[in-house]
Amino acid sequence: MYAANFLLLGAVLFSIGVFGVIARRNAVMVLMSIELILNAVNINLIAFALMNDSAEGHVFALYVIAVAAAEVGVGLAMVLMIYRNRRSIALDELSEMRG
Amino acid sequence: MSALLASEVNVAQNVGFYIIAALMVYGALRVVSTRNVVHAALWLVVVLGGVAAQYILAAAEFVAVSQVMVYIGAVMVLFLFGIMLTRATIGAESDLNNRGWGIGIPVAALLLAVMVWAIIDEFGSSIIEEPAQPMPTTALSDVFLREGLVPFLALSFVLLAAAIGAIVLARKD
Repeated sequence: MYAANFLLLGAVLFSIGVFGVIARRNAVMVLMSIELILNAVNINLIAFALMNDSAEGHVFALYVIAVAAAEVGVGLAMVLMIYRNRRSIALDELSEMRG
Repeated sequence: MSALLASEVNVAQNVGFYIIAALMVYGALRVVSTRNVVHAALWLVVVLGGVAAQYILAAAEFVAVSQVMVYIGAVMVLFLFGIMLTRATIGAESDLNNRGWGIGIPVAALLLAVMVWAIIDEFGSSIIEEPAQPMPTTALSDVFLREGLVPFLALSFVLLAAAIGAIVLARKD
């Protein structure tokens, strides 16, 4: 197994996720792109754990999975609240904090 | 192709990797390009399932099972609930992208080029030898309950705070 395989896959997924975060206007779609980014990071962590034959990378990946679950819960609750107040979750309309 | 037939590389593992990786990349592209939010969530399931399969190929079985339970089981249900609760129309939408979405393509391409260059430069020819057996769960629990204990406890408080925060934010009153 080539070491670069997993790392290149992670890099591709990360770039696609970054594109999604930049391009998407819908807040739920941006959260999905963030999930892509976090999964790319996890693939890299598992690949490094495989290279070094250690369990620490797996533990880090499990931490990332748990934090991602918490982030999605809070993020979707915020999206729901914004939708309830404004009837829209388009991110470019949330410009009240602009100076 | 001749590199694939080298004796130190497991051909079946590599072929499985490439098939799953192609499926994952296609699914990820559909997630960021489709016009239908529900379709994007379902393509995201393909990507997350592919990630779990890659974990199994990388001898990380516990993480793979956690990925299936947490991501495909819980996070995707949350996403589908979020989509259903925040959308007025079912079907394709025309305004899912920002006006300046094209700027994302050069940014992502540049990022990908830099990362690919760094990876090829550092790991281009290194080969991982086959692990004798998958990472035993006892090894994971040893790390979790020794040096990883404080972050582990902190993580449980993060989850508790997130659950309470989500309830407080989403409550109707």
